[in-house]
Amino acid sequence: MSAAGNSSAAAGRGFPLRLLPPAYASLMLGLFFLVPLGIMLAVSFFHRVEGAFYEPAFEFANYLRFLDTFFLKILGFSIGLSISAAVIAVVIAFPFTYSLTRASRGTQVFALVFLLAVLSLSEVIIGFSWSTLLSRTAGVSNLFVALGLMERGAAYYPSLPALLLGLVYLSFPYTVLVLYPALSRLDPELSEAARMMGASPVRTFFTVVVPVMKRTILSTIILAFVFTLGAYILPQTLGKPPHWTLSVHITDQAIFEANLPFAAAMAIFLLLVSLLMVAITLLMGREEAAGAKA
Amino acid sequence: MKAVKTIFILAVFCFMSAPILVVAGVSVNEKKRLLFPPQGFTFDWYGELFRQSAWFNALQNSVLIALFASALAVSVALPVALYLWQRNSLFGRVLFSVGLAPFMLPPVITALGLLIFWVSVGGSGHMAATILSHGVFLVTLPLVTISLGLESINRQLVEAARTMGADEKTVFFTVIRPLITPYIVSGFAFAFVLSLNEYIIAYMVAGFTVETLPIKIFNSLRYGYTPVMAAVAVIFALVSIVVFGLVARFGDLPRLLGAAARETK
Repeated sequence: MSAAGNSSAAAGRGFPLRLLPPAYASLMLGLFFLVPLGIMLAVSFFHRVEGAFYEPAFEFANYLRFLDTFFLKILGFSIGLSISAAVIAVVIAFPFTYSLTRASRGTQVFALVFLLAVLSLSEVIIGFSWSTLLSRTAGVSNLFVALGLMERGAAYYPSLPALLLGLVYLSFPYTVLVLYPALSRLDPELSEAARMMGASPVRTFFTVVVPVMKRTILSTIILAFVFTLGAYILPQTLGKPPHWTLSVHITDQAIFEANLPFAAAMAIFLLLVSLLMVAITLLMGREEAAGAKA
Repeated sequence: MKAVKTIFILAVFCFMSAPILVVAGVSVNEKKRLLFPPQGFTFDWYGELFRQSAWFNALQNSVLIALFASALAVSVALPVALYLWQRNSLFGRVLFSVGLAPFMLPPVITALGLLIFWVSVGGSGHMAATILSHGVFLVTLPLVTISLGLESINRQLVEAARTMGADEKTVFFTVIRPLITPYIVSGFAFAFVLSLNEYIIAYMVAGFTVETLPIKIFNSLRYGYTPVMAAVAVIFALVSIVVFGLVARFGDLPRLLGAAARETK
């Protein structure tokens, strides 16, 4: 009786208090995430003023610049590069993750710690490390020299293959961690059944595991694509200026060209592309869940 | 067949660790030159990180920002996760999605938004701006871990506590909090490590005045090589391994990363 009285009294007085933490969280997310994106959207329509930042306006000039061949080239290159890196990363990561989920728990934990550590490494550090590994004085070419395969060391960067390699390295741990939940929940009876019917492990992998996971593979490629689109340091350290991606140009316009409206328009465009991609993967996930239930 | 599989896995591990191993080798060169295999052996460059004020200053900035930002991220993530867990309302789900959004988008978008925001309100160039920006950007990590922790709580336990007359506050502090503490700590750890390593937001918000270690490395790269960069890279890799190793030691890392709980299968 007294407990009930207490709780209703607390509910009477404590109602606003209880809502205080969620209100604070909404305020923080709204003020420091949604409001900045909103301001950026507004600025993307503003008029650029040389020497100053911008002045309020409502014009599509910044978006019309997308029709430039220069911009279209950057866009085409960024998309092509990110898709290539994403596909290569998933092609390696899928069999890797599949074996990992079938390994002992100790191995799994070791690999996950290792991959998380690589994933969280700053892009700056990854760029620096790869440029060292591909350099003339400290790179792999010295290994080939020591083995007698080459006369003298050579530098392999800046170049497009070096950049692609770096991007695959960057997105590999990410793809493994995206694939990991789905593959570790994959019913082991499925492949056991195939094995019982006499299929070899390789055959089982390609005829049972890959088809079952088709959607997961596709959505992982899309997520890895969005992830590599965000690469900003690697194109600058491992690539040449023609290899600069949209992310690099956004920063370049914002910081060095002081053209915030154009940078904002490019960022809004990138935002829409990414949201569309993420929405597609979410829809695919929902369909898959519905299919599993049926 | 088994051999092929082992070779494949080992090759992937070699590929993933090669750059770090070479940088570790380079970091102990005796001369200030980029050489591998290293010539001579010295740990001096690690000391330089603490002796050279420019590097030490960047280290201090990075650690301060990471500590405050990850605490902030937890303080925002905890109420969002709790709110969604207590009542599965539309607002709760929207709030949760907003919390996940920063990680779904290329970070340059958030970074540019924050740059324009801080330029407009006048906080650009201050460490507080970097802390707030990182704190909100990194909310996703503790949000995911804490939500996982809440999911694992048996709701009957909470019901039982209520029946015994415990009010909301008592239920939270005596039942819920002890059960989700490991998840809060790992969320904090994830956010801390990512803040240490984050470049683009720190750069756009206050990169010219508040130099963090990644910014310092990238700036130095333009003016040439110093082995201190290699030393920092090795230290960062070690910090990540130690932090995630601890998370794995005291928590269930496979489950945290989405493997099915062992008893459900």
